[in-house]
Amino acid sequence: MEIKAIGCEPLQLKMMHVKDGHTLKVYEDHGGYKSLKKAMNMSSDDIINEVKASALRGRGGAGFPTGMKWSFVPRDSPKPKYIVCNADESEPGTFKDRYLLERDPHALIEGMLIGAFALGVETCYIYYRGEYNYLIDIMDKAIEEARAANLVGRNILGTDFSCEIYTHTGAGAYICGEETALLSSLEGFRGHPRMKPPFPAIEGVYACPTVVNNVETLTSVPQIIEMGGIAWRDLGTEKSGGTKLWSVSGHVKKPGVYELPMGYSDMEKFIMEDCGGMLRDDKKLKAVIPGGSSVYIMNADQIIGKNVTLDYEGLVEGGSMVGSGGFIVMDETVDVVDSTKNLTEFYRHESCGWCTPCREGTDWLVKIFNRVADGGGRPEDAQLLLDICDNIEGKSFCPLGDAAAWPIQSAVKRFPEDFKKHLFQNTGI
Amino acid sequence: MASVATDYTNQVVYTDEVADFSPEIVEEMRAHLVKYPADRKRSALIPLLFVVQRERGYIDNEGVNFLAKFLDLEVTDVWETATFYSMFNMRPVGKYHIQVCKTLSCRILGEPEITGHICDRLGIKPGETTEDGLFTVTRVECLGSCGTAPMMQIGFDYHEDLTIEKVDRLLDTLKAGK
Repeated sequence: MEIKAIGCEPLQLKMMHVKDGHTLKVYEDHGGYKSLKKAMNMSSDDIINEVKASALRGRGGAGFPTGMKWSFVPRDSPKPKYIVCNADESEPGTFKDRYLLERDPHALIEGMLIGAFALGVETCYIYYRGEYNYLIDIMDKAIEEARAANLVGRNILGTDFSCEIYTHTGAGAYICGEETALLSSLEGFRGHPRMKPPFPAIEGVYACPTVVNNVETLTSVPQIIEMGGIAWRDLGTEKSGGTKLWSVSGHVKKPGVYELPMGYSDMEKFIMEDCGGMLRDDKKLKAVIPGGSSVYIMNADQIIGKNVTLDYEGLVEGGSMVGSGGFIVMDETVDVVDSTKNLTEFYRHESCGWCTPCREGTDWLVKIFNRVADGGGRPEDAQLLLDICDNIEGKSFCPLGDAAAWPIQSAVKRFPEDFKKHLFQNTGI
Repeated sequence: MASVATDYTNQVVYTDEVADFSPEIVEEMRAHLVKYPADRKRSALIPLLFVVQRERGYIDNEGVNFLAKFLDLEVTDVWETATFYSMFNMRPVGKYHIQVCKTLSCRILGEPEITGHICDRLGIKPGETTEDGLFTVTRVECLGSCGTAPMMQIGFDYHEDLTIEKVDRLLDTLKAGK
């Protein structure tokens, strides 16, 4: 598996191939914690303004502007405030945070500390998906190292600033990547999402002001403080700032984690050259899901020769979304009805059961896919699937419902031949 | 033993007995509480359920009773949380819990063959445990290791870039008790 930057100097991936890069000493030898020291001589407003200027958007999938999220936290709250790092990386096709957590834990600690200093936060939690258990030990050791160096704990670097960082584990629930469900889980409850408003910035964990940020979002912060927001933004485009990690899996020769400047051109070159092209030379590209399983699936005609740029605007124009940046590449051996069934099973399993459209809807979708897979497809099934999706999309309590509907809606539209093959097999047409 | 009933997992679910843990384990549990505000002990529930599962093999009634006492919760609070999360086993599993990732990237790169091979070798179906209690096989959803698909997790350990030969070597090693 490849881990490398293309079209830019490695920023997110700076420590990936450095021996013992996860240790404090080596991290500091590579300029680590300089940004924290710089930030601690800046005002809160200046730090937040740099993050705003960087055009950094949440890297977990929703893409909400990070600086704006930070600015929603009330300054004068009498309650304690929290930063919670969302390390519940569970979106199918996404595995970038895992390598950041494994090989560059101090970058996350530094990013959290800068945020904590700017927002007046004294306690941070890192919420790991339960399956990433081995990464928690790495982070706990890193936190202890940082504590011994007076970078975490009371009176950091001899100042009034105090901040604790704790690791916390989930136990196998995709829904806990949704920020309010994550907070319910952090409080020891079932991972049910909560009504918004109030947004976490006002009432988050323990009903206190809380910022929830993805791992890659927070590890970008030290770079932004070091370079300045505008300079960091200009690595990418005006609206999609900086560099971003893309996880690539499926039918390519070189799957891996790639760091690209936002606005990278283009998607076809990325798959066919940078990722080594198709796994089997005699098989053609059929489909790509570019942003984790929850985004629209694209067919080859939308990619080949279409100059789709890899940033928030470019992928929307190209017919999909950045999401979490998880590319799943499929060649012509894949039956899109089967791949969509597979993802629908995922959403049914991961639906938390809180709201009816998602709980019942995903179950019916799987039942229909199972019948089709067993040879019982009917011509009207495509419309039936779309009708059910319509009853889920926008009508569920949280975005998991939309995430279950979008892959199906786009698959039916963009791969009609695959559906026809299954749905008309009993009609003789 | 108080009244006895069975739930949908066919586990005996009602006893008032409370599990007994060694002072070291209780100390380990206490160490988790430090992370959360004193009046928010429930936050430690998921980490502590993992401790119970490790020590008792699965989430059992006595272990749940212990946690309810330990965290000042109702027994139903503990069950409510425990039954939501797929990593908590509500009944015993084999010494080696083989969890094969079944989601898309793994599926298109050979998960069905890997699962089929493991099940054939062990003589069980997904969801079952071998008679000697050594292996349980489960097909699970995405484990965040798509770049090294197909993959599986045994206990907490990741095994990636799987091939039939690699799986065979692994099963041989585990069977030999190494």
